[in-house]
Formats: sequence, C-alpha cells, structure tokens
Amino acid sequence: MAAAQPNRLQHGGRIDRSRPLAFSLDGKAYTGFAGDTLASALIANGVALVGRSFKLRRPRGIVGGGAEEPNAIMQVGEGAKTQPNLPATQIELQQDLVAHTTRGWPSVGFDIGAISDFFGRILGAGFYYKTFMFPRSFWNYYERAIRLSTGFGEAPASPDPDAYEHMNAHCDVLVAGGGPAGLIAALVAARSGARVILADDGNEFGGSLLAGADAIDGAPAMDWVAGVVAELREIPDCVLLPRGAVLGYHDHDFLTLAERCVADPRGPGDATRRDIRPRARERLWRIRAKRVILAQGSFERPLAFCNNDRPGVMLASAVSTYIHRYAVLPGRHAVVFTNNDSAYRTALDLAGAGVKVAAIVDSRAGGGGALAAQARVVGIPVLQGRVISDVTGKNRVRGVSIAEWSGDSWENVTSTVRIDCDLLAVSGGWSPAVHLHAQAGGRLDWDESQLCFRPAHASEKQRQSHDSAGAGNGRQSLNECLTDGLRAGTEAVAKLGLEPAAIKAPAASSAGEAPIEALWRVPAERDADRCPKQFIDLQNDTTVADIRLAVREGYRNVEHVKRYTALGFGTDQGKLGNINGMAVLAAALGKTIAEVGTTTFRPVYTPVSFGTVAGESVGGLYDPVRKTALHESHEAAGAPMEVVGQWHRPWYFPRAGEDLHAAVARECLAVRNSVGAMDASTLGKIDARGPDVVKFLERIYTHNVGRMKLGRCAYGIMLGEDGMVMDDGVMARLGENHFYLTTTTGGAANALNWLELWLQTEWPELEVYLTSLTEQFSTIAVAGPNSRGLLEKLGCDIPLDRDSFPFLTVREAVLAGMPASLFRVSFSGELAFEINIASHFALDMWRKVLDAGREFAIAPYGTESMHVLRAEKGFIIVGQDTDGSVTPVDLGMNWLLSREKDFLGKRSLGRPDCLRKDRRQLVGLLSFDQRTVLPEGTQLIEKTGRTTPVPMCGHVTSSYHSACLDHPIALALVAGGRARKGDTLFAALPGSEPVPVQVVSPVFYDPKGERQNV
Amino acid sequence: MLLITCPWCGPRAETEFSYGGEADIARPLDPDALSDAEWADYLFYRGNPRGPHREKWNHVHGCRRWFGVERDTVSYRIARSFMLSAGGPGADADAGPESGGDANTEQED
Repeated sequence: MAAAQPNRLQHGGRIDRSRPLAFSLDGKAYTGFAGDTLASALIANGVALVGRSFKLRRPRGIVGGGAEEPNAIMQVGEGAKTQPNLPATQIELQQDLVAHTTRGWPSVGFDIGAISDFFGRILGAGFYYKTFMFPRSFWNYYERAIRLSTGFGEAPASPDPDAYEHMNAHCDVLVAGGGPAGLIAALVAARSGARVILADDGNEFGGSLLAGADAIDGAPAMDWVAGVVAELREIPDCVLLPRGAVLGYHDHDFLTLAERCVADPRGPGDATRRDIRPRARERLWRIRAKRVILAQGSFERPLAFCNNDRPGVMLASAVSTYIHRYAVLPGRHAVVFTNNDSAYRTALDLAGAGVKVAAIVDSRAGGGGALAAQARVVGIPVLQGRVISDVTGKNRVRGVSIAEWSGDSWENVTSTVRIDCDLLAVSGGWSPAVHLHAQAGGRLDWDESQLCFRPAHASEKQRQSHDSAGAGNGRQSLNECLTDGLRAGTEAVAKLGLEPAAIKAPAASSAGEAPIEALWRVPAERDADRCPKQFIDLQNDTTVADIRLAVREGYRNVEHVKRYTALGFGTDQGKLGNINGMAVLAAALGKTIAEVGTTTFRPVYTPVSFGTVAGESVGGLYDPVRKTALHESHEAAGAPMEVVGQWHRPWYFPRAGEDLHAAVARECLAVRNSVGAMDASTLGKIDARGPDVVKFLERIYTHNVGRMKLGRCAYGIMLGEDGMVMDDGVMARLGENHFYLTTTTGGAANALNWLELWLQTEWPELEVYLTSLTEQFSTIAVAGPNSRGLLEKLGCDIPLDRDSFPFLTVREAVLAGMPASLFRVSFSGELAFEINIASHFALDMWRKVLDAGREFAIAPYGTESMHVLRAEKGFIIVGQDTDGSVTPVDLGMNWLLSREKDFLGKRSLGRPDCLRKDRRQLVGLLSFDQRTVLPEGTQLIEKTGRTTPVPMCGHVTSSYHSACLDHPIALALVAGGRARKGDTLFAALPGSEPVPVQVVSPVFYDPKGERQNV
Repeated sequence: MLLITCPWCGPRAETEFSYGGEADIARPLDPDALSDAEWADYLFYRGNPRGPHREKWNHVHGCRRWFGVERDTVSYRIARSFMLSAGGPGADADAGPESGGDANTEQED
C-alpha cells in the first residue's frame, strides 16, 4: 500500500515517481521512490526520530545528506545478509528493504538509557575511565554491562551468503570524486589519452550540483554533467565507478576503493561500465595510479549551540540536497542559522519550495553578500549580529531563542526573541575533505580567511603524485571549482608526458560572497560549562564542555583529547565535528587552530564491510590447498586429512570401527613387526649442483659434507647465524658436484630462500645452482622388517641386501618397471626405503606397493603414526621439538658439528648464553602411572605445593601413547635436562593434581639403532 | 602497498617480495677471531636510521633474486633498486644515493 508521503514535493528531484518502492523501518511499512536514499524516503514519510545517541541516549534525527551523517545509523537486511552501521543517507532505497534503528532499546521512542541524560552532568569526558577502573578486577563485569548498553548494531550470526570480489586495476589518472571539479579533470585527462578511473561514492555523478539549481554555460548544470558522463562513457580507456568510495590512499599511489554493486541496473545512474556485470554485492578495487586527483568536495560544519542535537536541526547543505535531489521537505517552518553566505542559498531553496522561512540568523554584524540581498528580496527576515542561544523541543525542534551577540564566544548572552519552527538549517562553514590527501602524507595548511584546513601543495607538489582540486582544495564558488578541476587534470596529463587536450573552462554564475566569521562555540545564557549541552560530535555525545574539561584535567595534545573525549571516534570518523572540536580545544588551550592541528587521518575514509575486505578469500579459497600425487588414493581410503603448511596430508587410515588411537596403534605395530607405507611427498626437495656446491654446502650444514662419498646419504641440520636449529633433512651425494637435499615440509620454501640468500648476497662467487623438486618428485616411505622383501617382490633391478645397498646410501633403480631413486634412510628406526619417483608415476607405484604388500599385511600409515614412530626413536621434528631457541647442543647433536670448518651459526654456539648449563635440553619423559599421555605444551615443575609463583623448568614438546612399548612417551625440553636423568619432575595439568614424571633418555626404542641397519 | 622495482622483472607490488633487513652487513671472514661483543654486533645490531636506508629484498614470488633497495624509512619513497653484487642489471658500481627524482623507483641499467 503506497502510504502517503506527506513531505514529498509534487515535482522535481532526481527520483522516479513511476517506481514506488516499499520498505520498512523497525517493522513499520513505508513507501519511497527509486532514486531515494533511506534517509530521504524517511523524511518524505515524516519520520524525524531515527536513533538515540551513544552515551546520553538523546533522541536524534537526520542531520546530513551523505557520508558525514552521525545519527541515522541503520541495521539493514535480515538474517545472514544483515549489515550494521550503515548511514541512512548512503543507503539506496530498494524494494522491500528492511531497516532497523540500532541505537534505541527497547525502542527509539522510549529508551531506558535516556535516564542517563538526566545524569548527564556526571557522564563527562573520560567518565568510563574514571568510574569503572576500581576495583580493577571488576573491569570484566563493567565492560559487559557497558557493551550491552552501547548498541552499535549486530553482526550476522551465520555466514554471509553473498559474493564479494577484489579487482586489481592500473590507471594513469584516478579521479576521486565526481563533482564539477572531478568531472572536468577526468574529461581533460581522458580526452588527452590517459587511462582514467573516475569514482564517486554516490549513485550518480554530479556531487554538489545534484543538490542545487546551478547553471553551467547558461543551461542547467546537470545537463552539463550528463554530457560529460556520456562522453566519458564512450572513451574506451575510461572506467566510471559510481557507488565507488575511495577508502584509502596507501603507499606509492596504491588506493583502495569499495564499490557497491547494484542488483537492479534500471535504477537512475546505473553502473555505466560495460565490462563488468554486478555479480558481487560489493567489490574492492585495488588501484595503482600514476597520478591521483582528489576532488572529494567539502563537508559543511554544524554550529555548537545549546541543544543543537535536537531532531530537526540539519546541515543547511543537507536541506538543499533533500529539496533538490530528492524532492522532500525536511520541515515546514524553517529558521536558518549561519556564520557564512552559503546557507542563504538554502533559505532561498526552502522559500522556493514553499517553506516559510521565519528568519535567517546571521552571526555576522555585517551580514551576507549578494545572496543575502536576494533573500531580502523574497521577503525572508535577516537578523544580523545575532545567534541562536538555545533550542526548544525534545523529539523535534519546536522553536529557537535568539540573542544579540557582541562577538565574544565565551561571554553570556540574553535572548530577546523566540521563534517557532520545526526545522533549523545550520551552516558553520566548510571543511575540505582532505582525508585522502592527508593519508598520502600531504600536509595541511590552516586558511585563516576561509577558516578551514586545506591541502598544502606548494612545497611538496614536485614530489607528490597527487593533487587536490575543487572544493576539496579550498575552492568555494562553482566557477573556481571548474577552473581548478581543469587545471588539475591538465597538469596531471602534462606530468604523464601527454599533450593536454584544450578545453575551455565552462562558465557558471557566481555571487559575490561576504567573508565567513569564526563562531566555534555559540554563546549561551550561561557559561560554556553550565549551559545546556553544546554538541561537537553527535555520534559520541562529545560536547564543548567535555573538551574544556579534558583541558582542565591536563590534556594538551589533540590526539589525547580525541581519545579521552571520544571526539571523532564514531562511524563518521568526525567528518562533522572534528574541526569544531579542534577549534574549541585551541580556544581552551589559548592556542591557534593551526598550532593545535588535526588528528591523524587514517584509512578507511568511510566504513567498509568485512565481506568486502575478505573478497573471494573465504571458505575453500581462504588458503591455497596443496595435494600430493597420491591424494586421490588417500581420499578413497577414507583417510582424514591433516593440514601441514598448505599441504593436505593423510592423518591416519582408519579401518571400519577404528578411531584415531586404534588406527595409529595398528599402523605403528605393522611398521615395527612387518611393513608400512607412507606418503612422504611433502618433504622439501632441492637439487643442488655446480662446481662449488661442496664448498657452499659445507658453509650451510654443520657436518662434513665434503667427506660424503658418492651415493652416501647423511642427516644434516642447518642453523641460523644465531646458532639455533632452523631446518633438518637427509641429503644425498648423487655426483661429485651434485647433491639432493631434503627439508622439512613446512620449512621447504624458507630453506630454499635461505640458501639463495647466502648464495646470491654473501658468496656470489660460488657457482651453485639450486632447483626445487618438491612437486616434481614424490616420495613413498616403505618401513618395517619386511620392507626389503616387499621391494624384491615388486621387482627391483638392483640387489637390496645389506652389503650391496647399506644403510644411508642411495641407488638408482628400476622398481616395478618404473625408474626411481631408492634411499636407505629411516625416520622410524626400522629397516626402511624411501622411493623417490617422478610424480606422474607416483600413484601407480603407491598402488603397486600396497598390492604387493598384501601378503605382508602392509599398513598405509599417516602423519600421526609417523610422529609416534619417530618419537619412540627420539627423532626430533623441527618446529615441534624446537622453537627457534634451541641449539644442536641442546638437542644432543654435538656429533653433527664439525670441528674442522666454519658453518653458519657455529660462532654463536660459543656465545656465553649458548654455553649456560641451565639451557633447556631435549630429554624423554615417562609418566609414573604408565597411562597419562601428557598434553603437548605442558609445563614441568620441580615439586608440588601451593607456593606461587611456581618456577617452571621445562615443557613437553611431543607426547604420544606408544603401542609397541605399551605406555606413554614424551619428549621435553628441560633446564639442564641431560644431567638429570632419573630425576622426578611434575607435569602441571590444569584442573588436576600435578603428575609425576621421570626424566629419561629421549630414545625409547632400540637405543643402539640396530633395527634400521640390517 | 609499496611498488618495488626488481632489477630483473621491473616494478611489482610489495606482496611479491619478502624483506631481508639491512643491506651491506658483511659476514666476518673469520668468526672465531671475533670477541663475543664483536660477533653480537654483527649478529644483532642494526642501524635503524631515520631517512635513507639500504636494505635487502627478495623477489620471492617472482624471479627469486635478492637485490638491494634504497628506501626512506620516513616517507617510504624508494630512490633506487640495485644489485647486491656485480654483474647484473642495476649493478651497484657507484653506491651513491640517487638525488631527488619524482618516480618512486628507478632502475639503473
């Protein structure tokens, strides 16, 4: 049912009256039109109250018309698609849009928290810091209660079903802002042959022209806009991004931009690009630009008078926007309050739309310029040298009190006149949107005549790739903005080395303006700390008095005052109130605004959804997945996967009815008693060759590489220069100057980079070539007393007996008809062979191994059994039993350290700290009770007892139940551990009594190593 | 995100590179001859200057070559990329810093 829209004008606006759209707010049904924002549609329906303030719970209405809106913060959509914290002024109305106010529980109309307004006196700056600090241990309780009462909307409870995407783009010129300056800058750049991206956060280009009735070259300004957009659309290298908010200006001219994609392309100002259809809800553009033109316009400032937060107090420019762009009337009886000329235009707009303007209250004794004269002509009373000292009305403005003003903000005034009104349009001057300029490292200058911070260019321009243009560059009239945009566009293409196209600056009418007057705090009937609240930041309820209180309490720096008073902390990031706040701070400190300066501008410029930031990197695309050549066989066998780095490795191979522990016990016993097979393909594999390879590897590895005979394998470790174990693996000498190195699964890339670092930077004179073979070759480990018999059964063209093919050697062979390298190495301590084979043979080989193994009751085993088997032998895993603070001496690997040569990290092993007797050393642990499997990471303590703090003497690094030993085993790092064998320590388990454990050798099984050497 | 010029591949986004710390730290030829303090100086102590900084970068997701970059630690402007040893493009024959310059990165041929 198309409910009446009582505040909708019959004609005009950029809305489509033939397309009514039904929507709801807090469950109540309304109707608006295509082209509306949620804010304009609410105004059309006479909804004045849209939220409650953050701290004081005061009723609030719509204040602005765009990104600066602090009050009308909505929760849009339902269920998994709901999105919090959207300003109603930027929500395009859609059919069946469901919105909720977020700041009023149980309802915006009746808010329990409004009682805090009653206690507003005690809720001054830093209230939370002061009140809830004591006792300190209660903070957890305080915080919970405070968070409940803040109500910043709700995150969806289930995964977002919508798609988001990221787009990378390069361009010659990025123009941020599609108002008059941005449009003409983009036009000249595009005509000159530059690749251009023009972005604007609105759904339509035009910027300030959308909100007025300006003329360009004697015709309506929007005709000019339409002409420029139509031309740009036809230029192939020009990308137009309406609904595209530039969020951040990052290092080296990298910019991020969030584009809201429209589902319904029939809407006005639909996405104009031909190449990309909207599949995603939002799209993050990552743009590298050669030149950037910032033409984001300016924000109107409010004025800080008493009760300036009442619903019905709006920015003058927003009032004009609602009239011209959306054809809605925010009120019927208006008063305008200003310290500059621009608000006179709003008064004229109101009068032209049939609204009675009771008065223009102008703080300036001398009044305004040409526009003021026009206002008088149409019969609007102009009160000069006066201010609004207070506002009446609670849920809606009812009237204003007007006082004469002497010119001193801090003196009290007496109101003499009261005027009834339901709309108060306010203008405190204009602040250029310098956010991106500042993010890019640009400085700001205080302009004392226009009373604003504007981009400082002169000294830095030579070095910068960005330029500002138009209102964002401190230009005020439309004519100046067009000229400045043309200049910026022309200079940008010239800097790119292109011939700038000649364009004549379009001409707009402009009225002579009288200068703005400083009015940072409007005087009231009582002094600044006792008068009714004068709000600076509406979203955070920061008042003039709060800032003055912060100064009285000793705050001096603008960044500190910001954090203490929460000035500029909201979703609007202080777009409305920051400059006013800094001016009040400057007055309280007795400094100039330039001396106080601004807070730091940081990305993002406007709020962005998590979905946009994440883009496609969700679910299965969150992290790359690496699968071995045998993966499909493991999947078919039903093996659960363990993610190691990005590799998906089979964790264990359960048979029917088996859990992890049963499967692992069976797999381990198979290896110990017969034979098992494991996919070890994820090990890092590096081919190293070249005339200097021995010299190079001698410097990298700790053992004597040069002494390795052809065909020999050796266990090797590499250390960081700090002497700490970095990686380990088996290496094999395949030729005089040819080695094959393996690394840990997780450390493969780092190890290769480490080798390359030294080779390329420190020893470039060495001729060595390193090639990663990790994916080209697969590795099948066959382990157990029957492994030799299994290989013989597969058919091998070389003898496999101990004398022909001894432990720690490598042989080329044809196995089961396939060429392979066989390594006699063992990570289980059993007789074992590692079959290294080209990855395209690997799956066939794996199947043949399992087939042939059937007679030996072969068990494929996964990472869990591998861990148990190696721990039974005391073999470490780098990164599990070490953590970057463990030396080879700590691990008992002195036998690996050559005395005859230097190697990376060797000198560090002689540092005093590495020689300390109480360093944590690798030991084994046995639980006295023969059944407690200690959780990995468990802290070890010397004795039980309640005396705190309890000194910790070590921690458990690996811990399993050993099936073949039938008791738990653990590896641990214990202070001075090697000298403490036989000692009793206690494992501190949370929630239970400490468990006594005995320090033993880390080798639990076959301590002499006989089983692998048969 | 920095735009870094690899001497072999040209300008690329920072995400293709990994950082390797301060350049020009030569490994002592005879570590055993150093006192603990001297070794610690090589191992742990770095200049951390405010302003121009010569540092190592690895084009780890590209050609995998290590090279040098002179980057200003305040403005992040990159004056130049250079080879860490003789023989390649941008070889660091004259180690003098590049003056001025508008572009973020300059590759020397």
